[in-house]
Amino acid sequence: MPSYDVMPNMELYQPVRVEDALDIASRYADRGWLVGGGQDTYGWLKDRAKSADALIDLSAIDELRGVRETAEGIEIGALTTLTEIAESALLKQSYSVLSDAAAVVASPQIRNIGTLGGNVSQDVRCWYYRRGLSCYRAGGNLCYADTPQGMNREHSLFETSRCVAAGASDTAPALVALDATMVLRSVDGERTLSAEEYFVGPAVDIENTTALRDGEILTAVRLPKAWANAEFYFEKVADRNVWDFSLVNVAAAFKVSGGNISESRVVCGAVQATPRRLTAIENAIQGKAKGAVTAQSVAGMASEGARALAHNGFKIPLMENLVKRAISA
Amino acid sequence: MNLNLTRRRFIKGVIASGAAATTTGVWVAANGASRPAGAVERMIRININGQVRTVDVAPQETLASTLRYKLGLTGTKLGCNRGECGACTVLVDDVSTYACSVLTHSVKNGRVETVEGLEAADGTLHPVQQAFVEELSPQCGYCTPGQIMAAVGLLRENPSPTREEARMGLSGNICRCGSYDSYLDGVMRAAQIG
Repeated sequence: MPSYDVMPNMELYQPVRVEDALDIASRYADRGWLVGGGQDTYGWLKDRAKSADALIDLSAIDELRGVRETAEGIEIGALTTLTEIAESALLKQSYSVLSDAAAVVASPQIRNIGTLGGNVSQDVRCWYYRRGLSCYRAGGNLCYADTPQGMNREHSLFETSRCVAAGASDTAPALVALDATMVLRSVDGERTLSAEEYFVGPAVDIENTTALRDGEILTAVRLPKAWANAEFYFEKVADRNVWDFSLVNVAAAFKVSGGNISESRVVCGAVQATPRRLTAIENAIQGKAKGAVTAQSVAGMASEGARALAHNGFKIPLMENLVKRAISA
Repeated sequence: MNLNLTRRRFIKGVIASGAAATTTGVWVAANGASRPAGAVERMIRININGQVRTVDVAPQETLASTLRYKLGLTGTKLGCNRGECGACTVLVDDVSTYACSVLTHSVKNGRVETVEGLEAADGTLHPVQQAFVEELSPQCGYCTPGQIMAAVGLLRENPSPTREEARMGLSGNICRCGSYDSYLDGVMRAAQIG
């Protein structure tokens, strides 16, 4: 299959107001491609694995950038770069699970230009899909990864439905752990979804990883005050420390009073297409002391229901150990 | 006759005449009514190494393509062309950026710096370049322009980094010769030279 240096010819729009961007997005619908930092865009287009009639570059819209304090917590513009999030004093102080997650995405240059909105909305990782093969997710009727010869070491343990590709965003599990609200705008107005609702798996929609519809733009992410200054844990395990996508990551938030966990949200990434919230673990540790003893007693529950493919069985103990560390820390 | 030089001149000539022909075509289109409203104009002015250059840029063109094939600034190397190696690193408003993975139109209002812009007018090398020479940092040299630009970007933000900070700062640049420690020696020396 040929690979190309340049992208095919297409239109480019660089609106400076959200309203204009929404107009253009609505006009082009499924033939328009929203670009934040473009780090998950240009590869698709260069490889001719996906195409668009127009790129809608959102990076010139100032109102979509920045981290702001609001009455309800913090609002982050979707076009805020990962470097800005990793270095934000506000986030480091009160929502460090997100700044820690942003700090380990890809490489410094990619974090300098990659955006929060783009990072959470990126497509799943699967070489067969990304190479342009006509798999289920690409509209075909076959999965190349879940076969005896398929290379599926990076793929999903849970919630597979025809497609077994895993999502690999580092910030997405952090947003679910923080019970974030996603703000979606279109020419028809604004709607909000919880981070959990924003991410969709293949059983619901096999061609999209988010609830974002054609013509809609993710404009902001809101972090609720309820989880500010909780005890946080984030860890990413990848084959190498730079560039690589997570094999498994864990993002967790604990409210602790008197040494006991009163409430928690524990989320693993890269084990299915969407961030996986471990509600069984959250229920089991409620009221228990935060520490190694509790962690040891529940870690096995982390992987309940996992269905390993031929080459990704290692993710099961990896996931259990990451959850154990999160609760022990 | 130097065959290499001739070949190089020939290629440059082809690129130049191709660009001129395209420019004419676009000028007509830009004045016609067929363009969709709001789409970008191809003729842009962009600040590269302190000089404002006028150049015809396709909507989907990456900064690396513009630098190398429109402006002849071939110091910026293309390794992977997918944001996975760092050879094309340039600075946009002092921030290190992969030129292969950013559209020229997205950075046209910024200040772009490439390795060609570091040397002073009198030929004095930039402290990072000088330090890389003294520490024998490069081996084959292909990744060096990217390593230099990443180091310059790092030192602008953090003029006296620890070795660990320098390691993080250069972590987005692959060296297939494995000359990483020598590059770090270079960055630490450059921080001393200032």
